[in-house]
Amino acid sequence: MTAGFLIASAFLASAVEFVEALTIVLAAGVTRGWRSALTGLAAATVALAVIVAALGPALTLIPISALRLVVGALLLAFGLQWLRKAILRASGYKPLHDEAAIFARELEEARTAEGGQRAGLDWYGFTLAFKGVLLEGLEVAFIVVTFGSAQGRIDLAALGAGGALVLVVIVGVLVRAPLARVPENTLKFAVGVMLTTFGIFWATEGAGAHWPGDDASLPVVLAFVIALSAASVALLRRQRAEAVPA
Amino acid sequence: MSRIRAFGRFWWNFVVGDDWIAAAGVVVAIGITAALAAEKIAAWWFLPLAVAIVLAGSLRREARNSS
Repeated sequence: MTAGFLIASAFLASAVEFVEALTIVLAAGVTRGWRSALTGLAAATVALAVIVAALGPALTLIPISALRLVVGALLLAFGLQWLRKAILRASGYKPLHDEAAIFARELEEARTAEGGQRAGLDWYGFTLAFKGVLLEGLEVAFIVVTFGSAQGRIDLAALGAGGALVLVVIVGVLVRAPLARVPENTLKFAVGVMLTTFGIFWATEGAGAHWPGDDASLPVVLAFVIALSAASVALLRRQRAEAVPA
Repeated sequence: MSRIRAFGRFWWNFVVGDDWIAAAGVVVAIGITAALAAEKIAAWWFLPLAVAIVLAGSLRREARNSS
Protein backbone atom coordinates (compact mmCIF):
# COMPACT_ATOMS: atom_id res chain seq x y z
CA MET A 1 0.00 0.00 0.00
CA THR A 2 2.67 2.50 1.03
CA ALA A 3 4.87 1.67 -1.98
CA GLY A 4 1.96 2.18 -4.39
CA PHE A 5 0.95 5.35 -2.62
CA LEU A 6 4.55 6.62 -2.77
CA ILE A 7 4.88 5.95 -6.52
CA ALA A 8 1.46 7.46 -7.25
CA SER A 9 2.22 10.60 -5.21
CA ALA A 10 5.59 11.15 -6.89
CA PHE A 11 4.00 10.47 -10.31
CA LEU A 12 1.13 12.94 -9.87
CA ALA A 13 3.21 15.70 -8.27
CA SER A 14 5.91 15.37 -10.94
CA ALA A 15 3.38 15.26 -13.79
CA VAL A 16 1.93 18.61 -12.71
CA GLU A 17 5.39 20.22 -12.63
CA PHE A 18 6.47 18.64 -15.94
CA VAL A 19 3.31 19.95 -17.66
CA GLU A 20 4.20 23.47 -16.46
CA ALA A 21 7.84 23.08 -17.57
CA LEU A 22 6.67 21.82 -20.98
CA THR A 23 4.54 24.94 -21.47
CA ILE A 24 7.59 27.17 -20.84
CA VAL A 25 9.92 25.15 -23.10
CA LEU A 26 7.31 25.16 -25.89
CA ALA A 27 6.90 28.94 -25.61
CA ALA A 28 10.69 29.41 -25.74
CA GLY A 29 11.08 26.97 -28.64
CA VAL A 30 8.28 28.35 -30.79
CA THR A 31 9.31 32.01 -30.43
CA ARG A 32 13.08 31.98 -29.93
CA GLY A 33 14.18 28.80 -31.72
CA TRP A 34 14.34 25.18 -30.66
CA ARG A 35 18.14 25.02 -30.40
CA SER A 36 18.28 27.60 -27.61
CA ALA A 37 15.22 26.18 -25.81
CA LEU A 38 16.46 22.59 -25.92
CA THR A 39 19.97 23.65 -24.80
CA GLY A 40 18.35 25.45 -21.84
CA LEU A 41 16.32 22.32 -21.10
CA ALA A 42 19.44 20.11 -21.21
CA ALA A 43 21.47 22.49 -19.01
CA ALA A 44 18.68 22.61 -16.40
CA THR A 45 18.38 18.81 -16.46
CA VAL A 46 22.13 18.47 -15.74
CA ALA A 47 21.87 21.04 -12.90
CA LEU A 48 18.94 19.12 -11.40
CA ALA A 49 20.76 15.79 -11.66
CA VAL A 50 23.72 17.31 -9.76
CA ILE A 51 21.40 18.67 -7.02
CA VAL A 52 19.60 15.32 -6.58
CA ALA A 53 22.88 13.37 -6.69
CA ALA A 54 24.30 15.63 -3.95
CA LEU A 55 21.19 15.79 -1.76
CA GLY A 56 19.98 12.17 -2.00
CA PRO A 57 22.97 10.38 -0.43
CA ALA A 58 23.45 13.22 2.12
CA LEU A 59 19.90 12.69 3.40
CA THR A 60 20.47 8.97 3.93
CA LEU A 61 23.13 9.85 6.56
CA ILE A 62 20.52 11.58 8.79
CA PRO A 63 18.74 9.37 11.40
CA ILE A 64 15.32 8.30 10.08
CA SER A 65 13.28 9.86 12.94
CA ALA A 66 14.97 13.26 12.52
CA LEU A 67 14.58 12.98 8.76
CA ARG A 68 10.86 12.17 9.05
CA LEU A 69 10.35 15.10 11.38
CA VAL A 70 12.03 17.59 9.02
CA VAL A 71 10.57 16.05 5.85
CA GLY A 72 7.11 15.79 7.45
CA ALA A 73 7.20 19.45 8.49
CA LEU A 74 8.39 20.53 5.02
CA LEU A 75 5.81 18.40 3.22
CA LEU A 76 3.06 19.63 5.50
CA ALA A 77 3.95 23.31 4.92
CA PHE A 78 4.37 22.65 1.20
CA GLY A 79 1.26 20.43 0.93
CA LEU A 80 -0.95 22.92 2.74
CA GLN A 81 0.04 25.58 0.18
CA TRP A 82 -1.09 23.31 -2.66
CA LEU A 83 -4.22 22.22 -0.84
CA ARG A 84 -5.23 25.77 0.09
CA LYS A 85 -4.85 26.97 -3.52
CA ALA A 86 -6.72 23.92 -4.86
CA ILE A 87 -9.60 24.44 -2.42
CA LEU A 88 -9.79 28.15 -3.26
CA ARG A 89 -9.81 27.33 -7.00
CA ALA A 90 -12.46 24.63 -6.61
CA SER A 91 -14.68 26.98 -4.61
CA GLY A 92 -14.32 29.91 -7.03
CA TYR A 93 -12.18 32.17 -4.83
CA LYS A 94 -9.20 31.85 -7.18
CA PRO A 95 -9.23 31.58 -11.00
CA LEU A 96 -8.55 28.09 -12.36
CA HIS A 97 -5.02 27.37 -13.59
CA ASP A 98 -5.24 27.74 -17.39
CA GLU A 99 -2.23 26.26 -19.20
CA ALA A 100 -3.40 27.60 -22.61
CA ALA A 101 -3.64 31.17 -21.24
CA ILE A 102 -0.21 30.85 -19.60
CA PHE A 103 1.22 29.60 -22.91
CA ALA A 104 -0.29 32.59 -24.77
CA ARG A 105 1.20 35.00 -22.21
CA GLU A 106 4.63 33.33 -22.36
CA LEU A 107 4.51 33.50 -26.18
CA GLU A 108 3.71 37.19 -26.15
CA GLU A 109 6.47 37.97 -23.64
CA ALA A 110 9.02 35.89 -25.56
CA ARG A 111 8.09 37.53 -28.89
CA THR A 112 8.45 41.07 -27.59
CA ALA A 113 11.63 40.42 -25.56
CA GLU A 114 14.95 41.85 -26.79
CA GLY A 115 17.20 39.51 -28.77
CA GLY A 116 20.86 38.86 -28.08
CA GLN A 117 23.20 36.06 -29.04
CA ARG A 118 25.68 34.40 -26.71
CA ALA A 119 27.70 31.33 -27.65
CA GLY A 120 25.57 31.00 -30.76
CA LEU A 121 22.35 30.77 -28.75
CA ASP A 122 19.41 33.11 -28.38
CA TRP A 123 20.05 34.08 -24.76
CA TYR A 124 16.43 34.89 -23.89
CA GLY A 125 15.20 31.52 -25.21
CA PHE A 126 17.97 29.69 -23.38
CA THR A 127 17.40 31.39 -20.01
CA LEU A 128 13.59 31.14 -20.29
CA ALA A 129 13.79 27.36 -20.83
CA PHE A 130 16.60 26.93 -18.28
CA LYS A 131 14.87 28.85 -15.48
CA GLY A 132 11.48 27.28 -16.18
CA VAL A 133 12.78 23.72 -16.16
CA LEU A 134 15.08 24.33 -13.18
CA LEU A 135 12.36 25.88 -11.00
CA GLU A 136 9.68 23.30 -11.87
CA GLY A 137 12.28 20.53 -11.70
CA LEU A 138 13.41 21.66 -8.25
CA GLU A 139 9.89 20.98 -6.98
CA VAL A 140 10.05 17.49 -8.51
CA ALA A 141 13.51 16.93 -6.99
CA PHE A 142 12.25 18.15 -3.60
CA ILE A 143 9.29 15.75 -3.74
CA VAL A 144 11.34 12.76 -4.95
CA VAL A 145 14.14 13.27 -2.41
CA THR A 146 11.85 13.96 0.57
CA PHE A 147 9.24 11.28 -0.21
CA GLY A 148 11.88 8.71 -1.05
CA SER A 149 14.24 9.37 1.83
CA ALA A 150 11.55 9.48 4.54
CA GLN A 151 10.28 6.08 3.34
CA GLY A 152 13.79 4.78 2.66
CA ARG A 153 12.84 4.20 -1.00
CA ILE A 154 14.19 6.98 -3.22
CA ASP A 155 14.10 4.45 -6.09
CA LEU A 156 10.28 4.18 -5.93
CA ALA A 157 9.80 7.95 -5.81
CA ALA A 158 12.22 8.35 -8.73
CA LEU A 159 10.27 5.65 -10.60
CA GLY A 160 7.04 7.61 -10.20
CA ALA A 161 8.70 10.87 -11.29
CA GLY A 162 10.44 9.14 -14.22
CA GLY A 163 7.14 7.68 -15.39
CA ALA A 164 5.56 11.13 -15.34
CA LEU A 165 8.51 12.61 -17.26
CA VAL A 166 8.30 9.95 -20.00
CA LEU A 167 4.54 10.39 -20.32
CA VAL A 168 4.65 14.21 -20.50
CA VAL A 169 7.60 14.21 -22.97
CA ILE A 170 5.88 11.68 -25.27
CA VAL A 171 2.57 13.56 -25.23
CA GLY A 172 4.39 16.90 -25.58
CA VAL A 173 6.35 15.73 -28.64
CA LEU A 174 3.19 14.29 -30.20
CA VAL A 175 0.92 17.30 -29.72
CA ARG A 176 3.56 20.11 -29.73
CA ALA A 177 1.13 22.26 -27.80
CA PRO A 178 0.57 23.05 -24.12
CA LEU A 179 -1.25 20.21 -22.44
CA ALA A 180 -4.38 22.21 -21.82
CA ARG A 181 -6.56 19.12 -21.65
CA VAL A 182 -4.73 17.69 -18.67
CA PRO A 183 -7.06 18.18 -15.71
CA GLU A 184 -4.32 20.15 -13.97
CA ASN A 185 -6.52 21.59 -11.23
CA THR A 186 -7.76 18.13 -10.30
CA LEU A 187 -4.19 16.82 -10.33
CA LYS A 188 -3.07 19.68 -8.09
CA PHE A 189 -5.89 18.91 -5.69
CA ALA A 190 -4.80 15.27 -5.55
CA VAL A 191 -1.16 16.26 -5.03
CA GLY A 192 -2.08 18.70 -2.25
CA VAL A 193 -4.05 15.93 -0.52
CA MET A 194 -1.17 13.44 -0.84
CA LEU A 195 1.55 15.87 0.31
CA THR A 196 -0.54 16.87 3.32
CA THR A 197 -1.30 13.22 4.15
CA PHE A 198 2.37 12.18 4.03
CA GLY A 199 3.30 15.35 5.92
CA ILE A 200 0.89 14.56 8.78
CA PHE A 201 1.97 10.93 8.87
CA TRP A 202 5.73 11.47 8.91
CA ALA A 203 5.78 14.60 11.07
CA THR A 204 3.76 12.74 13.73
CA GLU A 205 6.16 9.78 13.66
CA GLY A 206 9.18 12.08 13.57
CA ALA A 207 7.85 13.94 16.63
CA GLY A 208 7.93 10.64 18.53
CA ALA A 209 4.22 9.73 18.45
CA HIS A 210 3.03 6.37 17.09
CA TRP A 211 0.12 5.70 14.77
CA PRO A 212 -2.28 2.96 15.85
CA GLY A 213 -1.69 0.16 13.36
CA ASP A 214 1.50 1.84 12.01
CA ASP A 215 1.43 2.07 8.18
CA ALA A 216 -2.18 0.80 8.12
CA SER A 217 -3.31 4.18 9.43
CA LEU A 218 -2.03 5.99 6.30
CA PRO A 219 -5.28 5.38 4.33
CA VAL A 220 -7.23 6.68 7.33
CA VAL A 221 -5.17 9.89 7.34
CA LEU A 222 -5.75 10.13 3.57
CA ALA A 223 -9.52 9.74 4.04
CA PHE A 224 -9.45 12.41 6.75
CA VAL A 225 -7.61 14.91 4.50
CA ILE A 226 -9.98 14.19 1.58
CA ALA A 227 -13.04 14.70 3.82
CA LEU A 228 -11.53 17.90 5.26
CA SER A 229 -10.84 19.26 1.77
CA ALA A 230 -14.28 18.34 0.43
CA ALA A 231 -15.98 19.95 3.44
CA SER A 232 -13.86 23.10 2.99
CA VAL A 233 -14.81 23.37 -0.71
CA ALA A 234 -18.52 22.88 0.08
CA LEU A 235 -18.42 25.45 2.87
CA LEU A 236 -16.57 28.06 0.80
CA ARG A 237 -18.85 27.51 -2.21
CA ARG A 238 -21.90 28.13 -0.06
CA GLN A 239 -20.27 31.19 1.50
CA ARG A 240 -19.41 32.56 -1.95
CA ALA A 241 -22.91 31.90 -3.30
CA GLU A 242 -24.39 33.79 -0.37
CA ALA A 243 -21.96 36.70 -0.82
CA VAL A 244 -22.45 36.92 -4.61
CA PRO A 245 -26.16 36.37 -5.38
CA ALA A 246 -26.83 35.06 -8.91
CA MET B 1 23.78 40.79 -1.72
CA SER B 2 20.71 40.96 -3.96
CA ARG B 3 21.47 37.42 -5.18
CA ILE B 4 21.57 36.14 -1.61
CA ARG B 5 18.28 37.92 -0.94
CA ALA B 6 16.75 36.45 -4.11
CA PHE B 7 17.97 32.98 -3.09
CA GLY B 8 16.43 33.40 0.37
CA ARG B 9 13.19 34.72 -1.12
CA PHE B 10 12.99 31.75 -3.47
CA TRP B 11 13.25 29.23 -0.63
CA TRP B 12 10.86 31.23 1.55
CA ASN B 13 8.25 31.25 -1.24
CA PHE B 14 8.96 27.60 -2.00
CA VAL B 15 8.44 26.26 1.52
CA VAL B 16 6.44 28.88 3.41
CA GLY B 17 4.49 30.42 0.53
CA ASP B 18 2.11 33.33 0.94
CA ASP B 19 0.72 32.39 4.35
CA TRP B 20 3.49 32.39 6.97
CA ILE B 21 0.90 32.04 9.76
CA ALA B 22 -0.10 28.61 8.43
CA ALA B 23 3.56 27.54 8.22
CA ALA B 24 4.17 28.78 11.78
CA GLY B 25 1.02 26.93 12.91
CA VAL B 26 2.42 23.69 11.46
CA VAL B 27 5.72 24.15 13.32
CA VAL B 28 3.91 24.89 16.62
CA ALA B 29 1.60 21.88 16.14
CA ILE B 30 4.56 19.56 15.53
CA GLY B 31 6.23 20.96 18.65
CA ILE B 32 3.12 20.24 20.76
CA THR B 33 2.93 16.71 19.27
CA ALA B 34 6.57 16.13 20.27
CA ALA B 35 5.90 17.49 23.79
CA LEU B 36 2.86 15.19 24.24
CA ALA B 37 4.84 12.19 22.94
CA ALA B 38 7.71 13.00 25.31
CA GLU B 39 5.23 12.87 28.22
CA LYS B 40 4.14 9.39 27.00
CA ILE B 41 0.69 10.71 26.05
CA ALA B 42 -0.87 9.23 22.88
CA ALA B 43 -0.34 12.14 20.48
CA TRP B 44 -1.17 10.73 17.01
CA TRP B 45 -4.52 12.53 16.91
CA PHE B 46 -3.13 15.99 17.56
CA LEU B 47 -1.52 16.84 14.20
CA PRO B 48 -4.58 15.98 12.03
CA LEU B 49 -6.71 18.14 14.31
CA ALA B 50 -4.17 20.99 14.21
CA VAL B 51 -3.94 20.77 10.41
CA ALA B 52 -7.74 21.10 10.18
CA ILE B 53 -7.61 24.24 12.33
CA VAL B 54 -4.61 25.74 10.50
CA LEU B 55 -6.19 25.07 7.09
CA ALA B 56 -9.54 26.52 8.13
CA GLY B 57 -7.84 29.68 9.42
CA SER B 58 -5.76 30.05 6.28
CA LEU B 59 -8.80 29.59 4.00
CA ARG B 60 -10.80 32.09 6.02
CA ARG B 61 -8.05 34.73 5.73
CA GLU B 62 -7.67 34.14 1.99
CA ALA B 63 -11.45 34.17 1.36
CA ARG B 64 -11.85 37.37 3.38
CA ASN B 65 -9.02 39.06 1.43
CA SER B 66 -10.40 38.09 -1.97
CA SER B 67 -14.02 39.04 -1.34
